[in-house]
Amino acid sequence: MSLLSQKHLLGIEHITKEDIKLIFETATEFKEVLQRKIKKVPSLRDITIANLFFENSTRTRISFELAEKRLSADVINFSAASSSTKKGETLIDTVNNILAMKVDMIVMRHPNPGAHLLLSKHIDAQIVNAGDGTHEHPTQALLDAFSMQEQLGDLKGKKIAIFGDIKHSRVALSNIYCLQKLGAKVKVCGPPTLIPKYIESLGVEVSYNAQETLEWCDVANILRIQLERQDIKYIPSLREYNIAFGITKKMLDSLDKKIVVMHPGPMNRGVEIESDVADSEHSIILQQVENGVAIRMAVLYLLAGKGS
Amino acid sequence: MKPRIILDTTQLNLVINRLCYQLIEDQRNFSETVIIGVQPRGIFLAQRIFRRLKELENKQCAHFGKLDITFHRDDFGSDKILTPNETDLDFSIENKRVVLIDDVLYSGRTIRAALDALLSFGRPKDVELMVLIDRKLHRDLPIKAKYVGKTIDSIVDERVKVEWESEDGKDQVWILPLKAETKNK
Repeated sequence: MSLLSQKHLLGIEHITKEDIKLIFETATEFKEVLQRKIKKVPSLRDITIANLFFENSTRTRISFELAEKRLSADVINFSAASSSTKKGETLIDTVNNILAMKVDMIVMRHPNPGAHLLLSKHIDAQIVNAGDGTHEHPTQALLDAFSMQEQLGDLKGKKIAIFGDIKHSRVALSNIYCLQKLGAKVKVCGPPTLIPKYIESLGVEVSYNAQETLEWCDVANILRIQLERQDIKYIPSLREYNIAFGITKKMLDSLDKKIVVMHPGPMNRGVEIESDVADSEHSIILQQVENGVAIRMAVLYLLAGKGS
Repeated sequence: MKPRIILDTTQLNLVINRLCYQLIEDQRNFSETVIIGVQPRGIFLAQRIFRRLKELENKQCAHFGKLDITFHRDDFGSDKILTPNETDLDFSIENKRVVLIDDVLYSGRTIRAALDALLSFGRPKDVELMVLIDRKLHRDLPIKAKYVGKTIDSIVDERVKVEWESEDGKDQVWILPLKAETKNK
């Protein structure tokens, strides 16, 4: 019988290796539940969860909502476009108003890094971070590492490369924390302008050469270029990025081993990843999405059980 | 009270044989029968029954499975989270005759949860319950086992511990004070 060490899931930075393993063990059993004829369990039937998305999302929002419904929780959805935040209400007021309607948990995506941490100091409900700006996206990192573990077994000593816009990616930072806690080696690869200066202080290697990095790694986790977060031009053009860092089938075929290719989505085919790579037998992109529901079920289940 | 043995190795094996013969006596079609053990401790009796049926009268049940009930418990959050065990039902239970097996029947809540979990996998023809020990007092729900190894009148301050040779070194059933470990036997 184990419990998570944290009340909230604000980021991977704050949880322990044991927490990650507990989430994985629980997710394995939820994955089995999702194969059943009736893919639903009653565990959270007395829990109400609010999904607050102050930033756009397709996959993550659907994945969380499905996970909540598979656990029999009551779900309410909120998106910033139709909310009172546009009328000048503060985040804490908005959330407290929702909690006044007897909501137990908050799943939130917010453009400001640290928004969840701020909120956790002012409200009672448990908070799950579904992405805070360029900071963390913990459930994505958990499902990525879980998917890698399914392919490779224990990740200790395994070599994971993260390609793309490291500077603006919350997936990259959460992945780094998560993989390092599990004992994997991490290298990031991208244009120098898109790799933050502090990154080496996290114990991560840096490369500016995609082919060399592919030769080094067991897993290539490919991220997109986040143009919407780039206030200035960091790269000359997407076409130029594609020529230098786009992952092609030819590059994979030139390797003397079979590596695993991942992408958290949304994919920009023909920019960071070529179509024949995304659809190849190397790719586990759709398994990632499938595992996402089980991982989120595990996180919600473990947090809800702890909080009551 | 002192810990005491209520079934020793010989008795326990006799009981297992009897339970097998009771199943055989039903003249059931074993190719339509599946044996499902409730996690975590019911699976050992289930395994024994499954194997013993074959050894005694060459009766081969269609499948053996393990069912975890953690996500179907009715006390989620009231206590601590119970981490789940493996569920292994890689066959269809549709129209099968299910023999659901657990080691101890007490409040009946585990079996209620097990029925709930089981029906997520389909609609069996029928479900029968087999338990090794029936603690007949303190039942919280209207649940009764069809096949019972031994019925006892234990009190609330006692607990029953079933040990298996494969797991604990010896086949035997203990009755213990609630908090004592079997180590001080």
